[in-house]
Amino acid sequence: MSQTVPENHVTVRTDPVAQEDALVAIDHLSLWYDQFQALRDVSLTVPKNQVTALIGASGCGKSTLLRSINRMNDLVPSVRVEGKIHYEGAELYDASVDAVEVRRRIGMVFQKPNPFPKTVYENVAFGPRLHGYKGNMDELVEKSLKGAALWDEVQDKLNQSGLGLSGGQQQRLCIARAMATEPDVILMDEPTSALDPIATDRIEQLIHEIKKDFTVIIVTHNMQQAGRVSDRTAFMHLGVLIEEGPTDQIFTNPQHEMTENYISGRFG
Amino acid sequence: MQPTPKQAAEAIGINKSISRNVGDQLIRLVLFLAASVSVVTTIAVVYSLSAETISFFLDPAVSLWEFLTDRRWTPLFGESQRYFGISPLIIGTLNVTFVALVVGIPLGLGSAIYLSEFATARTRRTIMPLLEILAGIPTVVLGYFALFFVTPILRDIIPGLNLFNPISAGLVMGFMILPTISSISVDSMQAVPRAIREAAYGLGASRVEVVLKVVVPAALSGIVASFILAMSRAIGETMIVALAAGAKPTFTFDLRETIATMTSFIVQAAKGDQPAGSIGSRALYAVGSTLFLLTLMLNIASNQIVRRYAERYE
Repeated sequence: MSQTVPENHVTVRTDPVAQEDALVAIDHLSLWYDQFQALRDVSLTVPKNQVTALIGASGCGKSTLLRSINRMNDLVPSVRVEGKIHYEGAELYDASVDAVEVRRRIGMVFQKPNPFPKTVYENVAFGPRLHGYKGNMDELVEKSLKGAALWDEVQDKLNQSGLGLSGGQQQRLCIARAMATEPDVILMDEPTSALDPIATDRIEQLIHEIKKDFTVIIVTHNMQQAGRVSDRTAFMHLGVLIEEGPTDQIFTNPQHEMTENYISGRFG
Repeated sequence: MQPTPKQAAEAIGINKSISRNVGDQLIRLVLFLAASVSVVTTIAVVYSLSAETISFFLDPAVSLWEFLTDRRWTPLFGESQRYFGISPLIIGTLNVTFVALVVGIPLGLGSAIYLSEFATARTRRTIMPLLEILAGIPTVVLGYFALFFVTPILRDIIPGLNLFNPISAGLVMGFMILPTISSISVDSMQAVPRAIREAAYGLGASRVEVVLKVVVPAALSGIVASFILAMSRAIGETMIVALAAGAKPTFTFDLRETIATMTSFIVQAAKGDQPAGSIGSRALYAVGSTLFLLTLMLNIASNQIVRRYAERYE
């Protein structure tokens, strides 16, 4: 079932995030790749130290929205952005903002584990080294690997290639690598889609644990996963944010018909 | 009556045809012969090189010890002044190769990094064919260019520079090997997956940091292999050195001095009037064998490195 979204759709918001809890506030964001409009006037407030899930069918713009938050879309030459993203009082798309600095504060974990062809240790130390970290690197590496629940498995393999680990371990290594730069926000773009169920379960547990230190925004194809890991859920369709609210509300009592159709599996 | 399987196959036209079978076999044979030619040629070259080289060392006038340690190489001289130490030729070859690598590696790697990581697709499409043209210039032309254009300029700048010298030859050879380094390095950098570049960008790396700290290290084995291949080409290069570096075997590290390389000696000896079977003509084969062994080792090393690199991202 393919559904069109009316031009004048107003996002349905249940229990909106209070201003003082907000860390990232996306404000009327539209985005084009050449002529194709991938995001249509999206506004979404992301609360601090919570997990926000972005769900929706393929091509709905959820990954594009995620990549707008750390300005990864800047790497695509044909991209054009309108609107604002507020982050701790600053505006990320202001001409005075350096996208490279933004990505230090807003880390990212990708769909497919992508460790560098370097040792486990060097993978984790990469970000801190880049930014001239002055403290004890061994401690930071250990802390990050523990934070990503990987230390016990790799403490004897720190000098082996990160590519030698299993897929699930590689993805936790990528999470440790993102944590090592001590960002405020970690963006996760379908982080378990290339993993088996057991590795997926470990990552999901990990997401629960890290939210006390980080604000997590996760894109997922898997609605059960959104239900298990997130505090709030935003449902997108064809570049439009249809509905957002507390996860239990979205899943048990969706306000919009399209949301209901999607979560009940009638399209997507 | 029940038809035989063959009759049944013929009845519906799926029987084996003799003409097709013969045709297939014939084409296979022709292709096999074509493939064999390169193997046979290699074996023939190795055989003739080694046969003559063995005769060279069996000659009472020559000893392997002298060949390896003497610092004089005058095999074409009269009997009383004949010396068979190959080191001047090896040093001469290394002098030219050194200059070529000093010029070729930074320019080749620099252009590769630019083309792979910074140039727009359009610029890349424009410059890559120009590099191919550079690679296609006949080396005899480059040799004349070195002798008649580069050397006079260098002689104004460098005091005491001989007319025939390894600097001028090496400089031009550096441009000759630049496309080799550049194109192999571009390929190995382009093979670095987009995913790990994104990982670095996602950690707050700038474009230059992504290139220098992720892409180049990840592509390093391919890049090093290109250096070795370029070195092997420089060592085997003949016309540029024969024309511009001289033909005077000299044991020296002074780059201003006229020298001879292994290849330029071979040219000199081959176009001279050494009777076949004479010690002079056999010396040529001994140098040829040395050269062959050296470049063979370099090519094997380069292949090994490339093979390891091919397994990198799995």
